[in-house]
Amino acid sequence: MTANGWFQIVFFFFLVLFTAKPLGVYITKVFERERTFADIAFRPLERNIYRLCGIDEKHEMRWTEYTVAMLVFSLVTLLVTYAVERLQHAIALLNPQHLPAVPADLAWNTAASFTTNTNWQSYVPETTMSYLTQMLTLAYHNFFSAAVGLAIAIAFVRGIARRESETLGNFWVDTTRASLWILLPGCFVYALLLVSQGVVQNFRPYDQATLVQPMSVTSTGADGKTTTQTMTTQSIAQGPVASQEAIKMLGTNGGGFFNANSAHPFENPTPLTNLLQMLSIFLIPAALTVTLGRMTKSPAHGWAVFAAMASLFFIGVAVAYYAESQPNPLLHSAALHVDQRASAMQAGGNMEGKEVRFGIANSALFATVTTDASCGAVNAMHDSFMPLGGLVPLINIMLGEVIFGGVGAGLYGMLIFVILAVFIAGLMVGRTPEYLGKKIESYDVKMSMLYTLIFPLSILGFSAATLMMPRLGLSSLANAGPHGLSEILYAYTSATGNNGSAFAGLNANTHWYNVSLGVAMLVGRFLMIVPVMAMAGNLARKKLIPPSPGTFPVHTPLFTVLLVGTILIVGALTFFPAVSLGPILEHLLLQAGKAY
Amino acid sequence: MRRHISTALLYTLVTTLIFGIGYPLVITGISQIFFRDKANGQLLERNGTLVGSRLIGQAFTAPGYFHSRPSAAGNGYDAANSGGSNYAPTNQKLIDRIKGDAQTVSQDRQGTDVPVDLITTSASGLDPDITPASADFQLARVARERHLAEPELRKLVEEHTKGREFGFLGERRVNVLELNLALDQLAPTPPHH
Repeated sequence: MTANGWFQIVFFFFLVLFTAKPLGVYITKVFERERTFADIAFRPLERNIYRLCGIDEKHEMRWTEYTVAMLVFSLVTLLVTYAVERLQHAIALLNPQHLPAVPADLAWNTAASFTTNTNWQSYVPETTMSYLTQMLTLAYHNFFSAAVGLAIAIAFVRGIARRESETLGNFWVDTTRASLWILLPGCFVYALLLVSQGVVQNFRPYDQATLVQPMSVTSTGADGKTTTQTMTTQSIAQGPVASQEAIKMLGTNGGGFFNANSAHPFENPTPLTNLLQMLSIFLIPAALTVTLGRMTKSPAHGWAVFAAMASLFFIGVAVAYYAESQPNPLLHSAALHVDQRASAMQAGGNMEGKEVRFGIANSALFATVTTDASCGAVNAMHDSFMPLGGLVPLINIMLGEVIFGGVGAGLYGMLIFVILAVFIAGLMVGRTPEYLGKKIESYDVKMSMLYTLIFPLSILGFSAATLMMPRLGLSSLANAGPHGLSEILYAYTSATGNNGSAFAGLNANTHWYNVSLGVAMLVGRFLMIVPVMAMAGNLARKKLIPPSPGTFPVHTPLFTVLLVGTILIVGALTFFPAVSLGPILEHLLLQAGKAY
Repeated sequence: MRRHISTALLYTLVTTLIFGIGYPLVITGISQIFFRDKANGQLLERNGTLVGSRLIGQAFTAPGYFHSRPSAAGNGYDAANSGGSNYAPTNQKLIDRIKGDAQTVSQDRQGTDVPVDLITTSASGLDPDITPASADFQLARVARERHLAEPELRKLVEEHTKGREFGFLGERRVNVLELNLALDQLAPTPPHH
C-alpha cells in the first residue's frame, strides 16, 4: 500500500460526500414535483409521453397497483429484448459484423439479466451482440431498470413519510421523472465527457490494422499436431460505447460493451475516466440518503444511514487494497525472480488481471465500489484477485448491496436493515419499536424477514444444487480447489444480488447456468421487491405517533453502529460457513504454499 | 390489468425511441463533429497504412522492440475478443506460465528481478502500457539490438512515459506501441523475429 494509493481512495470518497447533498436535494424536488431547471426541456416531453400512452398523471396508486404496473412493464421489456436478440440477424440494421441470432438460452439469460439491473454477461459482446441490440435493448434497459429501482425506492420512502394514506404515487410518473429528469441529462453530459477523454462512439465496422510486428501463433489442432500461423492484422472492435458506458455506470448496471468491461481501453482509457466511472456508480445511491432525510423531514437520519454505508465501504476497500498489494507467496516459493514490490517505477503487488494504468489502488477501489453498489462493472478481473481481495467483492454483495447499493435498490435494501435494527433495539429495551413516528408491527417485521431470507435461499440453494452436478455444474470451472467453490458461489451471489460482476473464469454460457442464473436474477429482483412494496403500503396507512422518551432515536452515532452491526451479523450468520470453505480456505492454503 | 398491458406496450415503444435510438444517435453525432479522432479510437497510421490504435496494445516479442505484457485476449492482443486469463493466484497453470515467461524474460538483465507486470496478463488482454520499471528492464537489450546509446534510448523512453494524471491519479506508464513506432523512426533497424 502506498500513500498515493490511500490519497486517491480518500479523494474519491470526498467527491462522493460533496456531491450527495446537492444531488439528493434535486432528486427530492423531482419526485415532489417541485420546480427544477430541467422543467423547460422535459415538461412538454413528459406531457406528450403521458398523452400517447394514456397515463393519468394525477392518478395515485395503491401498493398493489404500483407493483402490478412495475411487473407488467418489466415483463414487456424483457420480451422485447428477447425478441430483438433472436432476430438481430434478420433486422440487419447496425450489424456491420453480420452477427447471427443469439441462441435461445443465452438470449433468455441476457434479457433477464438486463431487465433486473444485473447485467450478468454469459457472452462475449464483441462477437455476439450487434450495435443495434446493444443500443435498442441493452442500453435501454440500463436506463429503465435503474429508473424502476428509483421509483420503487421513492415509493417506499413515501410509505414512511405519508400517514393514514392508501397510496404511494404513480409508477409511470415516477419512472418517467427518474429517467427524464435524472438519468438522461446526467448521461448526456457524462457520455460527451467520456468521449472527450477517449471512449469511442461510432458505428464503424471493426477496423483492420496491420501489425507493426507480425505475430506467430502456435495452436494445437484436434489431431494433436501443432501448427504455427503468422498473424499480420489486428481486428479492432468499435461501436457506440460512450453513450452506453454513461448509463451503465450512472444506473449501476455494469454490463460492458466489450467483454473486458471497464478494463477495456475503449471503455475506460485513462485514470480520469476511471475516477469518473467510480464516482458515477456511487453518485445517485449516495444522494438518495439525502433524499430519504428530506422526504421524511429528518435530514439527520439520512446522514446516519450515509455514515453506516461509508463505514462499511472503508472496511471493504482497506481489506481489498491490502490483499492486492501483497506478493503472491507461490512466486516466492518457486524461487522465481519476480519483483512484486511497490516503488516509484511500478505499482507491484498482484498484477495478474490488472491494467498498468490503474495499478493496485484503483483496481481494489473499483472492485469495492462496483460490488458495494449493484453495478458489477469491473476494471480488473476479480477471479485473479488474491483470496482475501476476492472475498471483499463477494461479501459486499452478500451483505445485500446496501453499501450505497444500486440505484434505488440500495436504499430500499438498506431500509429493510434499518427496520430490523429498530426492531432489535425495541426488543432490547422491551418496547414496541418505532421508526420515524410509525409503529413497527409484526406484519412489517415479517416482510423484512421475507426479504432477508429469499436472498440467501436463492444464493445457497442454487450453489448447492450446482455443486452436486459434476457434469452440468463443475465442468464449467476454470480453477480447481477452494477457488472453484468461490466461482460458483460468486456466480449465484452476483445473480441474486443483481450485481453482474463475475469470477469470470467460470464458463456460464451453458444451458444450466444460463437458465438457473436467469431464474436467480428474477428472484433476486422481483420476489424481493414485492415484500418491500407490501411493507410500504402498510407503513403508509399507519398513524403518526409522537416521539416519547422510550423512542430509539435514528439519527445518532449509536444508531449508525447498531445498523452496521445488524448488517454484519445477518450477513455473517448466513454466509460465513460457505465463505470459509471458499476464499478463506484458499487464503490459508495459499499461505501454506499450495497450488491446484 | 388490460389497461396496464396496453400502457406498458405503448410506453416501451415511446421510450425506446427516445432512449434507445434518439439518445445514442445524438451523442454519436456530437462526438463525430467535436471529438472525431477520440470517438473513432485514436487510430494510428504509418505511411498511409492503419497500424493500430493508440489505446490498444499489440504483441511485441522481437528483441529490437520493447515487449508488451503477455495477453489472454484470444491468441494474444485480439482486439475483437478482449479478456483476462482468470487464473486464480493458486492456479498451477498460472505459476507454470509465469515460470516459463520469467526464464525467458530474465535473460534481458541477469541478476535483476523481473517487474511483475511484464510476466502477468492484463484484465483486458489489450493493455497498451507497461510500467516504467518494465521499460527500464528492457532498455539495455533494445539499445544493443538497435545500435543506440543507452542514454539516447532512455531519453526516448522518458518522452513516452506518462505521469499520473493531475499528478496523483492512476499510475505512471509507458505506451508500448507509441514507443516502438518512435523507435522505428529513430533507428530503423529491421528487427529479426
